[in-house]
Amino acid sequence: MTFDVAVVLVPFIFALLISMLYRFISKKYIGWLVTAVSLVLFIILTTYIPRISNGEIITFTHEWIPSLGINFTTYLDGLSLMFSLLITGVGSLVGLYSIFYLSKSEQLYHFYCYLLLFMGAMLGVVLSDNILVLYGFWEMTSVSSFLLIAFWHHRKASRAGARKSMLITVAGGISMLAGFLMLYEMSGTLSIREIIEKAGLIRESALFVPALVLVLLGAFTKSAQFPFYIWLPDAMEAPTPVSAYLHSATMVKAGIYLVARFTPVFGNEAAWFWLVTGVGLFTLFWGSFNAVKQVDLKAMLAFSTVSQLGLIMSLLGMGSVAIYLGHSSETVIYTQAAFAAIFHLINHSTFKGALFMMVGILDHELGTRDLRRLGGLMYFMPLTFTIALIGCLSMAGLPPFNGFLSKEMFFAATLHIQDLSILSLDHIGFLIPLVAWIASVFTFVYCLIIVGKTFFGKVKTHLLDKHPHEAPVGMLISPYILIILVVGIFFFPNLLGRYVLNPAMASIFPMFPSAEELAPTIHAWHGFFSPELWMTILAVVAGIFLYSLLKSWKPIYRILPYHLSLNALFNNGILWSESLSARFTRRYMTGNLTDYFVYIFVAFLLVVGGYFLYGDVFSWSPVNPESLDVFEAILMVIIMVSSIGILFAKSRITIVFLTSVLGYSVAFFFIVFRAPDLALTQLVVESVSTVLFLLCFRHLPEIKRGVQSKWKEARNLVISLAMGATVTMAGLAALHYEKFKTISEYYNDSYLLAGGKNIVNTILGDFRAFDTMLEVVVLFIAGLGVYTLIKLKAKGGGQNEN
Amino acid sequence: MRINDVILRTVVKVVILIILTLGVYLFFSGHHAPGGGFIGGLVLASGIILLFVTYDIETIQRKMPFDFKKVAALGVFIAAGTGLGAIYFDLPFLSHTDGHFKFPFIGDKHLTTVTLFEAGVALTVIGTLVTMILSISEDE
Repeated sequence: MTFDVAVVLVPFIFALLISMLYRFISKKYIGWLVTAVSLVLFIILTTYIPRISNGEIITFTHEWIPSLGINFTTYLDGLSLMFSLLITGVGSLVGLYSIFYLSKSEQLYHFYCYLLLFMGAMLGVVLSDNILVLYGFWEMTSVSSFLLIAFWHHRKASRAGARKSMLITVAGGISMLAGFLMLYEMSGTLSIREIIEKAGLIRESALFVPALVLVLLGAFTKSAQFPFYIWLPDAMEAPTPVSAYLHSATMVKAGIYLVARFTPVFGNEAAWFWLVTGVGLFTLFWGSFNAVKQVDLKAMLAFSTVSQLGLIMSLLGMGSVAIYLGHSSETVIYTQAAFAAIFHLINHSTFKGALFMMVGILDHELGTRDLRRLGGLMYFMPLTFTIALIGCLSMAGLPPFNGFLSKEMFFAATLHIQDLSILSLDHIGFLIPLVAWIASVFTFVYCLIIVGKTFFGKVKTHLLDKHPHEAPVGMLISPYILIILVVGIFFFPNLLGRYVLNPAMASIFPMFPSAEELAPTIHAWHGFFSPELWMTILAVVAGIFLYSLLKSWKPIYRILPYHLSLNALFNNGILWSESLSARFTRRYMTGNLTDYFVYIFVAFLLVVGGYFLYGDVFSWSPVNPESLDVFEAILMVIIMVSSIGILFAKSRITIVFLTSVLGYSVAFFFIVFRAPDLALTQLVVESVSTVLFLLCFRHLPEIKRGVQSKWKEARNLVISLAMGATVTMAGLAALHYEKFKTISEYYNDSYLLAGGKNIVNTILGDFRAFDTMLEVVVLFIAGLGVYTLIKLKAKGGGQNEN
Repeated sequence: MRINDVILRTVVKVVILIILTLGVYLFFSGHHAPGGGFIGGLVLASGIILLFVTYDIETIQRKMPFDFKKVAALGVFIAAGTGLGAIYFDLPFLSHTDGHFKFPFIGDKHLTTVTLFEAGVALTVIGTLVTMILSISEDE
């Protein structure tokens, strides 16, 4: 087993250890433990950089369910390595930050257990080669995100946000699964590598475009693209380390990963370009436009994340044009869009992570992150101010920060695409740079708001719960490492380019011959007359202009009434589906046992009775009365008398008594027919259930006869008679059934196969041990169910929590 | 009304030994003769329930201070754990093996890993049944 498998498994192992051994780990050290785990993983992963950047690909396969072609294959190439480094790197920084952010009185074991679960799942997503395994990890990230958002589950907003994100991302995940199954149908393989090799073949299939759309739905919901982004602002109810980690740096980039990974498969389809670029661009604009109106700093950052994810998405879409056009010296230029995408992805993680941590510091030290209560903090919190300033300037795309480089490349890519005369771009192509420019104006505006309204202006100490003061050193370390990266990447971008981004490019464009020409050298200066520089300058000018006039144009946000917004639409949809399903369920779940028996019996009659009626399998010959034993006759009479007696019994005690008589008589039948196992079991079960009945019936009222309508009684009579007839028929037919061989011959060799002479037990314990094990589990759950139902009622709790 | 149950109490004192012994016997004989984890567990559980019915719950719980929920959980754990044991030997989940062993005094014995699995089944049956009966009877 190589290290790359261990990388996926280690977080899970530690999550398990924490959940089992938390009593023995002090709360003080658990955060350090998690930080150390992610840091060690990060360091292990960095040792792979030289091998991967030489074009090597490291795979490991464990055959998991070979009969279904499901293998646990890890696949470490440039793209996977880049994401893995991001996950573990940001993971260790967030772990360190969270030690100081979370109070020791919180349920830290839960928190770090979920965090490790998430880390493992996310590593699984980016390292899996098998699409079904990938899907499993994908959903696991949704679940762990749900748990982390709802970490403060006593708050209503946390629960609502968690549910919303779960619903949207899991719905997307399921559509992605459908897309994956279509891919399997077309290519006959579950391996991403093999699917990429067969990209030309599956292009012809009628399922190609549906699969494309379904896979994109998964990516768009996860990466918070329009119109699915609405879960991300609500997910900000999570503790800030979680927002920094899951909802800006890693999980929301799973969708980006998916698009990048499947670009070689779908990139040659025009719909891919249009969907990815179009949705991405609109999300970019919509996110930045809506960020401006937010008053909660975290919500503003959430919308900014939505917008930046749109930017990355649109760049990947533009990059796919290179595949659409095929490889030539002219088309290589379009791959630079994809390069800008992954470059910006890293940059975004650095500055947005720092900004989230900055907001976390404000929240932690001041007790609020509401812009209306903040102001003038520069003098109180100079170190935090530095983080905000550098983070925001980088996000706005100004030098000397890494955001400038990738933003310039983004502008350049939009300008290149505009020149393209295919894909009917010649008519609306000019829109692409225009939208990009407008969005970056708004981006500049909200960056100014974050810095200006928080750190400049008047101090509003009367609105603050605590006196403003600088954060403890521990909370500053992680954001400072990130902003050092923000500056460092600006000055040495090609170091990152050569070792991390170039190999990743080779994974996005595997059919292009050399990675060298795919990856441009990153320049900060493109000359004074380069259009992208002027786009930046104009965006800055327009941004300052809009910021100074903010009050006069803010009313445009009120044009769209709330009941037309996406959130209202979503909420109404949920309410409507809830009431519809409640109404539907109430129609058949009456709470009346008789009704449920009717369903069961009718289903039985339809299946078994229908089979006997239409299958023409019923055959029997009368039993020779001579062979009837006198014991059997007596037992039959007892059974008949007691079962008819039950029908006319007045009290429950009599019914219990008669049922026991029935049961014991059947046990005696088993003895007569020499089935000691069955007889023993039947006797004991009968005894125990009699005790149980007697215990329960104490609580029940007297039986009331004749309360049901005549029609219902008649219906029940017919069903009962038919049921009896069917069972009798089945019993008689079983004697002479010849449609298929009995399975009992297989078990004759039980001693050879399972080392036991008792066939019944070898079946239970060996041949069908899996059934038995699950039955044991079911029995246990049922027992716990009975226990909890009674105990909860006894405490007077258990009422509907709402 | 105080029920005079001297006869019941006296009889149970003798019979319970037989029942519990039968339960253990059935459990071990299961591999080659009628019996097994499920029946053994059932018989043992019914013996315990008989004790509860004859004496009161408090008396018996003083003598048998088990949390029967935990007994059931242990049973599930053992049953699943024996299955996982097979994976350690690179065999499919829940594979079992058996062998003959020579012991001093009692001679040749046929031992199987199925017995461990069955022990899990038996414990679950006992734990669940007693939990159910106890919680229903304690409910007022």
